[in-house]
Amino acid sequence: MTTIFGVALPVLMGQLLIGLINGSFYALLSLGLAVIFGLLRIVNFAHGAFYMVGAFVAWMLLSYAGVGYWGALFLAPLAVGVLGMVIERTMLRALYGLDHLYGLLFTFGLALLLEGGFRHFYGTSGLPYAAPEALRGATNLGFMVLPNYRGWVVVASLVLCFGTWAIIEKTKVGAYLRAATENSTLVQAFGVNVPLLLTLTYGFGCALAGIAGVLAAPLFQVSPLMGSNIIIVVFAVVVIGGMGSILGAIVTGYMLGIVEGLCKVFYPEAANIVVFVIMAIVLLLRPAGLFGKDS
Amino acid sequence: MTATDTLTASAKTARGGGAAPQLKVRNLEAWYGESHALHGVDLDIYPGETVTLLGRNGVGKTTTLRAIMGIIRKRKGEVEFEQKSIMRLPLHRIARAGIGFVPEERGIFASLTVEENLTLPPVVAGDGMSLEQIYELFPNLLERRSSPGTKLSGGEQQMLAIARILRTGVRLILLDEPTEGLAPVIVQRIGEVLKVLKTHGVSVLLVEQNFRFASRIADHFYVMDHGQVIDSFPVSELPSRTEALNTALGV
Repeated sequence: MTTIFGVALPVLMGQLLIGLINGSFYALLSLGLAVIFGLLRIVNFAHGAFYMVGAFVAWMLLSYAGVGYWGALFLAPLAVGVLGMVIERTMLRALYGLDHLYGLLFTFGLALLLEGGFRHFYGTSGLPYAAPEALRGATNLGFMVLPNYRGWVVVASLVLCFGTWAIIEKTKVGAYLRAATENSTLVQAFGVNVPLLLTLTYGFGCALAGIAGVLAAPLFQVSPLMGSNIIIVVFAVVVIGGMGSILGAIVTGYMLGIVEGLCKVFYPEAANIVVFVIMAIVLLLRPAGLFGKDS
Repeated sequence: MTATDTLTASAKTARGGGAAPQLKVRNLEAWYGESHALHGVDLDIYPGETVTLLGRNGVGKTTTLRAIMGIIRKRKGEVEFEQKSIMRLPLHRIARAGIGFVPEERGIFASLTVEENLTLPPVVAGDGMSLEQIYELFPNLLERRSSPGTKLSGGEQQMLAIARILRTGVRLILLDEPTEGLAPVIVQRIGEVLKVLKTHGVSVLLVEQNFRFASRIADHFYVMDHGQVIDSFPVSELPSRTEALNTALGV
């Protein structure tokens, strides 16, 4: 059997794939955080909770309304996005212009509230959600066997990440967003409805978390705790990539997922902390993050 | 008589005759936090006029522009544009009413290309300049349309800051110290651009330290001190007042 550094190729590839899957979620979630932080200057601690809500909405759609995976892939992020917009309009808005800490505390409280609410009604044991018919089974790639659903998650997250990047970098709305990130007052003085742009941006960031939740539902169990399990690593990813950097969030997300996967092969004991070790090193050497601009 | 002279004359008549001002500011007060910056500013701009605010540093000229534009929200008094009060409009609706703003720091966005900067402000009325006309007027900007906005020289950035407002079709432009720190040849160029604006019938409220520059394009002057307008005179009186103004402004 082929080995690399004494590790069987299928084992290595298997861990790489798991790393890539985790990286897909890190990228999607940290991208939403970066977009929100860039424009609103809000550290959205509720991001993990929105991811969890996305998964739950998918589960509820299936269990109560009979709407399957593909419908949920569209409806769940929509629901989470609308929830985010309502929260921005009615509550978060009041915190702009105050110290960052207020936004952080508010979204942290919101996360606890959402988590606690779902825990109350659904417990913590986790609910199963089956992958859609079309994506069951696996494909033999020769050097490894790839479960179809996992392949789909990687492709879908890549499309979502680079689609978002293209919207921000190449479109008119993206230009408004970039400009407002630099100087929102001036953009509003030009006649752009910046308050609406803030609402839509928050909704969009939350919707990204929601769609990540739907993608995650068949892989992990749908559980009220799934958000808080992943969000700490995602914040480390954002810090490593650089707060507010769009491309930085995407690249760092995938990269750290893969590093984590490789670590499981070569030094499993460190796999759970490797992201935080990297974060500490980056903070020491480049406090603005790998892709961040010093300011 | 050139087109510019005709317009200047008509603007003067408007000021003398009973026509309504395009912008009417009465007893405008403004605060930066607790600090009271404007203590009741009164001024009028008639359609097509170029009006210059003079005064030493820190007397409230920039603050007046920002308070009219609504960027400073803590304000009191009355601002009417084309006979409608704009005091209660949210910031983004004031540009839509037909007022454009060119800030002192120019406000060119680093993460946008020159062309993205140029097309960023939404067109608020149909009679603005087209992108082609703007590139004709500012050939440098066409050449560098794909560079990041802040890679331009200071003069080019100022041109860009003015050019992007020309596209929007606003009828009044608030222009804050456009010549500050620029070479004489660029200053002259900006003067030409402002004359083009006049031929389009666009009014300008100009904050300017450069007296000689202002005297070539302004129709009317207001002098500010301690957050108030203390004097006002047409351009025809400028020669007889130059000496007194030099002393008052400490130029």
